[in-house]
Order: sequence, then structure tokens, then C-alpha cells
Amino acid sequence: MPQANSHDSARVAARAEMRWATVSLAIIAFLIGMMVYMSLHWATMPPRRLETVDPTTLHLAGEFTEDNLGSAVESDGSVTVRLVANQYSFTPQCLLVPTDTPVTLRGTSADVVHGFNIAQTNVNVMLEPGYISVFKTAFKKPADLVMPCHEFCGVGHAGMWAHVKVVDKADFLRRAANGRRLSCAE
Amino acid sequence: MLNEDTRRLVLAHFWLGFAAFAVAALLGEWQMYVRAPGHGWIDNPELYYRSVTAHGSAMGYVLPTLIAMGFGYAIVELALKQRLIGVRWAWAGFGLVVLGVVTAMAPVSLGLASVLYTFYPPMIANPFYYIGIVLVVVGSWIWVALMSINLRAWKKGHPGESVPLPMFANVAGAYLWAWTSLGAAIELLFQILPAALGFTATIDAGLARVFFSWTLHAIVYFWLMPTYIAFYTLVPRAIGGRLYSDAMGRIAFVLFLVFSMPIGIHHLFQDPQVGAGVKFVHAAFTGMVSVPTLLTIFTICASAEIAGRLRGGRGLFGWIAALPWQNPMMLAVAFSFVLLGFGGAGGIINMSYQMDFAVHNTQWITGHFHLIFGGAIVIMYFAIAYDLWPHLTGRALDDLRLMRAQLWLWFVGMLVVTLPWHFVGILGMPRRMAYFDYGDPAIAPQAVAVTITFIGGLLLVASVVLFILILVRGHLAERTSLPEFQFSTPAHPAGKLPAALNGFALWLALMIGLTVVNYGFPIAQLMSLKQTSVPAVPIGAGR
Repeated sequence: MPQANSHDSARVAARAEMRWATVSLAIIAFLIGMMVYMSLHWATMPPRRLETVDPTTLHLAGEFTEDNLGSAVESDGSVTVRLVANQYSFTPQCLLVPTDTPVTLRGTSADVVHGFNIAQTNVNVMLEPGYISVFKTAFKKPADLVMPCHEFCGVGHAGMWAHVKVVDKADFLRRAANGRRLSCAE
Repeated sequence: MLNEDTRRLVLAHFWLGFAAFAVAALLGEWQMYVRAPGHGWIDNPELYYRSVTAHGSAMGYVLPTLIAMGFGYAIVELALKQRLIGVRWAWAGFGLVVLGVVTAMAPVSLGLASVLYTFYPPMIANPFYYIGIVLVVVGSWIWVALMSINLRAWKKGHPGESVPLPMFANVAGAYLWAWTSLGAAIELLFQILPAALGFTATIDAGLARVFFSWTLHAIVYFWLMPTYIAFYTLVPRAIGGRLYSDAMGRIAFVLFLVFSMPIGIHHLFQDPQVGAGVKFVHAAFTGMVSVPTLLTIFTICASAEIAGRLRGGRGLFGWIAALPWQNPMMLAVAFSFVLLGFGGAGGIINMSYQMDFAVHNTQWITGHFHLIFGGAIVIMYFAIAYDLWPHLTGRALDDLRLMRAQLWLWFVGMLVVTLPWHFVGILGMPRRMAYFDYGDPAIAPQAVAVTITFIGGLLLVASVVLFILILVRGHLAERTSLPEFQFSTPAHPAGKLPAALNGFALWLALMIGLTVVNYGFPIAQLMSLKQTSVPAVPIGAGR
């Protein structure tokens, strides 16, 4: 390579590099911008408030006593579903939720770290002893869905599957009329 | 040239690493087999999790640590052209790693530590498992200190000169690891071990996850360092090209140093103990850490183009055909980039928390990190071994056909394993399952994917067998006299570097500062909370 051109070609190389660096940064800025837009516009943020609970007294008092678990209709028409995970099952084992209704899932763990996702939805929650997890969602159409524990919780982890039954909103409200907490088991 | 002492040292590191890798690969394939539909449900799922723990610990902690250490020692002598200072200390570090591996794997193989390599407190395993991991990490800290000492000695003897790129990157990797390993070290020493040894009966599981996330993401960049060093300093030379830009390489390595740590909470998007603001900040910083990879892809593709054109390639794409495809290094870097492309795209999806809700803790994630680590990273470990082996054994390693077959098997096997995992992950298939109830109509369709991944695993096992065979044959080949080991030369001599790109002070300050800012708040918040420690749950013995 002639010495005289070496300087020029180094400059050309550096310019190409800078162009690419700019493009890279622009791609990343665009992706982060999309995240911000969706966060604000669709209000899709990760779980936000930090709430704690004592896992050793869950069954004695507070919102996670056994008779308070399951789906409850709130005064604003939304539904709150409370659930507890322990080795190796969820309570309730089958959640009953209505279509076209804002649903708030509130859960915690009585022993080790668990978690769950509901197949074919975006519902995805970690459950940790000592903390309360909250996830807001809505279900579009009636369905029977599986809800596996998705975090390793011990040797029985692979058997820890629950179910979600999404029923028509009117049907759900009829069942809820007597004010009890609802699950699939009547 | 490598001294005889250093050759033995490097070979010991590589062989222990690859032996652990081979055993772990076999365990991985066994896991795919026992949960496939042809096999009945495993009688004792504990065996499955025992295997996952061994597979993850060997692949995540043992293999990459030993490769980084061994490669690092070699770089000191090959790039700085000075004798490695502290060979005895290096052997002491190696001894600690060996001791740690034995100490950790004994309880794992007895079924006393099936907590997976990610620990999962409040489950508490046999203390020797954690002590073993700590010993491995302490052994690697000796390496970190030696890298720093050797660089300092070189700088003293070469005032004002630019540190050779391989050593600059190597030391960046060492510092990155020292700071990365701190999160898990704090978790182990102050939270888990006191519970495992019976000094405390409770543990804050949420806080432990925050500390572990500090290590869990950045450790990937530690695994990645030898691979990136190979991209910049071995590949262009091996394929007959020039490194497009020496300075851009340095920028990529210091960016990893700065952006690897303050992003780990993206592993906790669905966790209840960290607020949405912190999660957003970590998501945004995760975007930044893809910048050095984007820069690297450009620089290495441009370096390959130089090689293609020097070999007579013409036109917009003609240079690609002109590349030396019979050369294993060329094949390895091409495969690595394809896998990195898929894996990186998946990573950007995981980073965007809205999309992460669909895939968190599903088989998608297993697919993602097997693509990045098992694919893009490990395939370059093979290439590094092939490139260094003659310089370590003094014997020829020239069965290129066998090496190409090995790389092809690994590449195809990894795609066959990971692509179905991505697919079923989107459908909601969870990870870490010892068995599936294929009788359930909701799970039955996934039997096909599990079967395909088992077949992909067979290809990977065949590749591992070939790899070990090639290395063993390297020890038995004819002695040969080798030309002096060369790293890549830049297309344009770097000239005088800015001081910031010839040292680490600024970047270490940024690394520590950003980590303290991004982790300080959630850690302080959790530590000030009352009532978050929960009873430890011992596993193993008597249960």
C-alpha cells in the first residue's frame, strides 16, 4: 500500500466506523424509546410497589388466609384473585376468572421461591416468600389454560401445574352473587 | 513463544475445563433423554435436578473460568513477550479451582445440593457445595491479580507504549470478573453460608436474588471475553486479513467493563421486591450493553472483508466466497456470528420487559442462553484451543477436515436444540421440568419439540467426542517447529493512543460508580425493610 494513501484510507475507515457507531446507537435509542412509549401509552410497566408479608403466619391472619383465597369481585367491578404457592401446589389449584374484566392477581409464597405463567397469555409472575407480587391483566375469551410453576422450587417442581378457567363475564358474576371467594371448585 | 512452565500451566487449565465440559455435555443430553416422550416418567426427579445442578455449575462456573484463566496466562507471554510473573501463584490458583470443583461436586453427586447453579435461597443445600464454588472463585481472583501485576510490570519496562490489544482485553476481562463475582460472593458469604452452616435460620430471598442478579448477567460477559479476544486478535490473522480497527476493539472492551454490571435486574422484571423505576433503568442500560457487540460485528466483518479482498475477492459480496472456508477459524467465527445474531435478537426481546412477560422463565430463556453461551461463545473456545494447541504441545494439529466436521456438528446441533425451545417457550412451556405429562392435551403438542431437542443433543455429543479426540491426537502427533505466535495486525497502525484507551482507571471508576448507583438503591431499600427474612428450607439429607 503506498504510504501517501495510508493516511487517507485510515480516515475513510474511521468515518465508516463512526457512521456504524451512530447507527448502532440510533437502533438502541429507538428500542428504548419504544419501551418508554409502551410503558406510558399502554401502561405496561413491570410490577411496581414493594409489599411485604410474613410467610410463617399467612394461614393465620391477613389477606392470604385460606377462606380469602380465590377470586373476589371488587366494588369497582374489577376482580382480585389471591393465591398462595407452596411446595408443590398452588391454592387454589384452579383459578376462575371472567372475560373482559380487569383482573388483579395478588400472590405470595409460603416457603421457597415459586412463579407461574399462564400459557398463551402474558401473565408471568414470580412469587417469593416475604413479598407480595401483583400483576394486572384481562382475559379476552373463555378458555381452559394451564398455569405451571415456572421457577425451580425443589424436587417436586415438575408436578406443580395449576389451571385457569376463563368463563363468560355474566356467568362469573352469577356465580359470584353470593359473595364467596370463587375458584373452579364449587 | 511460551515457556515450558507456562505451556503446562495453560494445558492443565484447558484440559480440566474441557473435561468438565465433556461430562456436563453428556449430563445435558441425558436430561433431554429422560424427559422425552419415548422415556417413561423419571422415577426419581431428584436425579434430574442433581444433573441440572452439575451441568450448570460445570458449564457456567468451571469451563469459562478455566478457559479465561488459561488463555490469559498464554496471552501474557505471547502478547507481552515477557515471562509470566507468578507461575507458582498461578498453580496455587489452579489448585484452588481443582479443590473447589471436587468440594462442590461431591455433595452434588450425592444429591445433597440439588439447588441448581443459581442457588435459589431460601432453599439451602449442603454447605460444601457453596464452599466449593467460593474456592473456584477465589482461585480465579488469584488470576485477576496476576493479570494486573503482569501488565504493570510490562508498563514499567515499556513507558509510553501502547498495551497490545490482546493483553488490554485480557485485563479488562479480569477486572470485569473481579467486580462481577462480587455480587454472588456477597450472597454466598453473608446470606447463604451462614444459613447452610446453621448460624442463622432465616434468609432474605428477595435480597439474595438482587445480589445474584449482579453476577448472573455480567458473568455472561466474562464468558464472552475469550471469545471476543479471539474475534479481534486471532481471527483476522488466521484468515489472512487485518484487524480493521485496533481502537474500536479497545472501546468495545471498556464498554463491556462499564455496562455489564448495572443491568442485572433485568433478570428480575417479574419479581416483587424491586420497584418499576429501577427495572426501567436496568432495561435501558441493557440496551447500552448491546452497543459493544454491534461495534464488534462491524469491525470483524470489515476485517473479514479485508481478508476476502486480499485473497482476490471482487464485488459487493464476492469477497465472502473468497474467504478461506476450509480454515476452521473462518468456519467458527461465521457460526459464532450466526448464533450470536439469533441470541442477540432474543436478548433484545428479553430486555424489553413488555415482551419479556411472554417468555420469562420459559424454555425460550433456556434456548436464549444456550445460543449465546453454548453457541456463540463455546464455539470460539474450540477455535481458541485449535489455534493454540500446536504452541502448547509443540506438535502439529492439522486434521482440518475433522475440525470442520466437529464445528459443523456443534453449529447444527445447537440450532436444532435451541430453535424449538424458543418456539415452545412462546407457547408458555416452563423451564426446569424433570418430566412432562404428555397425556395432558395442553402439553401433548410439545412432545415433538422435546424429541427434536433430544436429537440435536445427540449431534452435540458427537461434536464433543470429536473435539476431545482431535485434542488428544494433537498430543500424539509428530513434533514440529512452529513459527512465532502472531496476533492480528491492525490495517492501520494505531499510532499514539489516547491515555484513556491505554489504561483502566476511568473505566473502572465508571464501572464501580454505575453499579453502586444502579444497585445501591434497591439493596439499601431491601436492607432497611423489616420482616423480609424467611425461614431457610434445607434440602437433601433426610427429606
